[in-house]
Amino acid sequence: MALLSNTAVLLGKELRTEFRSRELLTTTVVFILTIVVLFSFTFDPSVNESRRFGPGLLWLAFLFAASLMLQPCFLREQTNDTLSALRLSVNDPFAIFLAKLAANTLFMLFTQILLLPVFSILYNVPVLAAFPQLVLVMFMGSLGLSVTGTALSAISAQARMRELLLPLLLLPLLTPVLIASTEATASLLVLNPIMPWKWLGFLLGFDVVFLTALWLFGEYLLEE
Amino acid sequence: MKKRILIAAVVVILMSLAAYAALFVAPTESKMGTIQRIFYLHAPSGMVALLSFFVGFVGNLAYVFTRKPKWDWLGVSAAEVGMAFCTVLILTGPIWAHPVWGIWWTWDARLTLTFVLWLLYTSYLLLRTLVEDPDRRALISAIYGIFAFLDVPLVYGSIRWWRTQHPQPVIMGGSGSGLEPTMAMVFWFWFLNLVILMIFLIHERYALEAMRGEVQSIEREAEAA
Repeated sequence: MALLSNTAVLLGKELRTEFRSRELLTTTVVFILTIVVLFSFTFDPSVNESRRFGPGLLWLAFLFAASLMLQPCFLREQTNDTLSALRLSVNDPFAIFLAKLAANTLFMLFTQILLLPVFSILYNVPVLAAFPQLVLVMFMGSLGLSVTGTALSAISAQARMRELLLPLLLLPLLTPVLIASTEATASLLVLNPIMPWKWLGFLLGFDVVFLTALWLFGEYLLEE
Repeated sequence: MKKRILIAAVVVILMSLAAYAALFVAPTESKMGTIQRIFYLHAPSGMVALLSFFVGFVGNLAYVFTRKPKWDWLGVSAAEVGMAFCTVLILTGPIWAHPVWGIWWTWDARLTLTFVLWLLYTSYLLLRTLVEDPDRRALISAIYGIFAFLDVPLVYGSIRWWRTQHPQPVIMGGSGSGLEPTMAMVFWFWFLNLVILMIFLIHERYALEAMRGEVQSIEREAEAA
């Protein structure tokens, strides 16, 4: 399984790069926190209203954060042309994508788990009752954001106006993830949480479709 | 040149016939009245837009695997023509909806899908303007086009599960649905006409793109010399 061992090594590299500077994680956490606070001014954040708007608010913040956080994913390989080195070092270029998307999923999931309790306190929505289920939803959602986001980050890195372009390419594509994750989160934040199997299945489908597309077409994005 | 003018004339005549059929041949709908006649432009435009995006998707796939510029030209031509039909769909929808539903817009499954589709292909066309190198532009926009088209059923599925208000399909819908025979005839005549219009527009747009590609390669040769 050369693919898996290559991916593991590259994932280690991605995580090391991030944990040396922690730039990406800190900025993303602060960014999401800012949006969560700003949202409180747009409606009356009482408990009932927060239950209705909260899940959508959270996922919209995650989506915006993803479209910013995924920017440097391929851009930082351009500075010293390290992408060519990466391509030469692995048999299957898919490993580069797998490592990057795994790292991005972990980063997203980490910020989400960190900010969920903060959201819960600020908006008076208890999350502990269904915490493991929420983490599962967040994992599936983050995977969806990362699979498409990593691919599109490789696309936007090769264009002009890339900082504006990535959100523009990514956000409409993520409509299904936004709907499914919001609905799944909403059904876990009510008084009697129910497991949103339907929406989790949908997210799984989304992840599988785009992972397959990435596996088929990703390598062409890394061509010189 | 003469051939193209002849074909354009045929398309214009066919579209005029279609307009006549929608306005005078088709019977007035019993509940909605005259406004329902916009249906003959509205519904087939949606079908033709999807068909055009599908042609673009085929062009994108073929480009990725063969790297022949002609497939890139087909991809962008079909996407632009699809956008035109998609815009007609989005504009005629509210004109029909306002007198009938009492609102201009509603976030129902098919309306939302159309809007997201419109946004996706706007991004696709925008992406093309932001990449200089023609080969690079062709390749990465083709891959984005593939991603965008794969997203269509997922967007539709997710919104469909979520909420829907649009009238259930009357064409090829379940039992109990269906059009009055004259209406159905006018509808399919429109659909056929719009498909012909689509092919004509894609063909013209393709010729333009091919010419552009040629000019660019001549320019590059001149610069290199």
